[in-house]
This record gives sequence, structure tokens and C-alpha cells, in this order.
Amino acid sequence: MYIIVIGGGRVGYYLTKALLSEGHEVLVVEKDAGICEDIREELGSISLHGDGCEAATLAEAGTERAKMLIAVTGEDEDNLVACQVSKHKFNVPRTIARIRNPQNEVLFKMLGIDVTISSTNVILEHIEEEVPTHSLTHLLAIEDSEQELVEVKIPPEAATVGKAIRELSVPSETKLTLIIREGGESLFPSPNAILRTGDRIIALTTHAAEERLREALTGA
Amino acid sequence: MKIIIMGCGRVGAWLARLLDADGHQVTVLDIDAYSFRRLRFPGLLSDFKGTALVGNGIDQEALRKAGIEQTDVFFALTQGDNRNIMASQIARHIFKVPRVICRIYDPLRQEMYTTLGIEAISPTAIFAQMLKEKLES
Repeated sequence: MYIIVIGGGRVGYYLTKALLSEGHEVLVVEKDAGICEDIREELGSISLHGDGCEAATLAEAGTERAKMLIAVTGEDEDNLVACQVSKHKFNVPRTIARIRNPQNEVLFKMLGIDVTISSTNVILEHIEEEVPTHSLTHLLAIEDSEQELVEVKIPPEAATVGKAIRELSVPSETKLTLIIREGGESLFPSPNAILRTGDRIIALTTHAAEERLREALTGA
Repeated sequence: MKIIIMGCGRVGAWLARLLDADGHQVTVLDIDAYSFRRLRFPGLLSDFKGTALVGNGIDQEALRKAGIEQTDVFFALTQGDNRNIMASQIARHIFKVPRVICRIYDPLRQEMYTTLGIEAISPTAIFAQMLKEKLES
């Protein structure tokens, strides 16, 4: 697949390397001539010196035959414009933008960017997983739906320990999908399954119902 | 009218003073407070009496502080085309500002964003055309 990467910084460089190793045809567009040269020396002739937000540069890059454009410069506005120009001028079917300010996620979606990756949110979620006192962890956002996969850990003092699933008032917009016991045994959360301390419940939920789900499962 | 001008460069400051002198309620937004000196340069125009705020025009919080929810007109006049484009789209799509005017130096991008519903002006194309006409007259 022909993929264009805008921005040859750290993210762009490692992304390109990974895409190349998967056998894709990749072109990196980078404003800085020196960085462009470094990429050429290390990864071969796959970099183009130019402004990836400019239609002229994107035309030179052969953007009309690209199946995907990924904009990973450090500036949200540059990533937005690169994606919009490639979409509206060159009909690129899929555009992905890195965003630094999580507030921009809504705007980018509204403006037709297919996928946004908020580095700030990604880092926050990873740190959140490492904080043991937090009983709900985000595992995965299901793309193009409002749903997400979360994990809720049952703490030792939880009021729900010893209760059956059917006794809990789990929000209707969530689905419990799996119970993982301490020690690794896993079971389907049937109505009669009894919660134990240390259980990790994997559930599909909406962002809005997340807090109610946590309350239902931990009783607090 | 309530007017927000993002970018207090030569054009932004000049426009702010013109509109302020006409009695409009003008707020100028710039990331660098030093730029606001242009609002007081002595000379052809009277001093600016509106509001000058330090803030980033592509940050929705900063725009809210500048009163974007009540504004009638938003001008995007920073040096960066992409910054202007993004701020204009925030003003238009998130805050539903009735009139958004955006400077885009690159004539190609100006043309594209005009078709996407942004009132965009390219000084590059206009000035080049003016110079050409000067030569021909």
C-alpha cells in the first residue's frame, strides 16, 4: 500500500521504519532539509523535502495514488491542513492525524479527518493503567463507534464481593464480556457468576456509562 | 459589532485601530504581548481603546476567554496559514461565529478553503495582480 507520512521527526521516523518493514511503499515529507537527508541516509530514498501542507508538494509526492496519509508533525494545525488538502485535492481515502491538544479531537472529526491519535491521551491512559488505586482502566476505543473496552478491578473491600452478576445494576448500555480471576482463570460473566476479590471484569461500554458501570461493579 | 482579531502583526494592529476608531467593540488576540505595542504606534491612526489579550487562537479556551461565543466577526491574521485555517474552522464550526475572514498567503490553499466555505483572502494573489496592473497602466 502506498502511504505518505507528513513529518520526519521522531514519530515520523519510527512510524516510517515500521511501515517499511511491513512491506508498504512509504514516502516521508519533511520541511527540514537536514532531517530529510538523515532519513535518506538511514532508510533510503524515501524522503521528500517540502511542505506537506502545500498542494504542490503533495502533487509531487504522487498523493493521488496514496491509500493513506498520516500527518505526525508536532503542530496540530499543520496535521489538520495536510489531511484536509490530501482529502479534498487528492481524494486520499484515509487520513490519520496526530494531535497534541486533546480538545482538537472533536474538531478534527467534524472536519472529516478519519482517525485522530492524541498523544496526550495515549500517555495518560498508559499511566492510568499503572496506578493501582484506580479501579477502571481503558483498554481500547472501538473505532467509528461510541464504544470502548474497559477493565474494572474488584478491590478487596468492595461491597459487591460475593454477589452474583444478576444482583448488580449494570447500566443497560454496557455489556460484561469476561471475568479474569486472580491467577489467570477466565470465565463468562453469566447471571449466576459470583464476584471475588481481585476479579478483573472486561466490559464494553460507552464513555457516558463508564462511571455508572464502575459503581455497579465495585459498589462505590 | 463585536469583533475578534487573531494576530497583532502589522495588518492585525492596523485593522484593530481602524475598526476601533469606527466604534466597534474589538478584541485583539496574540501569543506575544510585545506585539501589542503596534496598537499604540504614533502616527496616522488614533490609539486603540479595545481589549488586547495574550492567548493562542487555536486554543478553544483562549477563544472563549476572548468572548468568541458572543462575537459577530472573527479575523484570522497570524503569520501562519495553517494556524489561520485551523482557527477559522474552530470559529466557524465549533463556535458558529456568523462571519469568519481568514488570511491565507498560499493561493492554492486559499482557493481550496474558499470552496470549503471559509471566507479566505490571499494577499499574495491580490498584491501580485495589483503590481501587474500597475505595470500595464
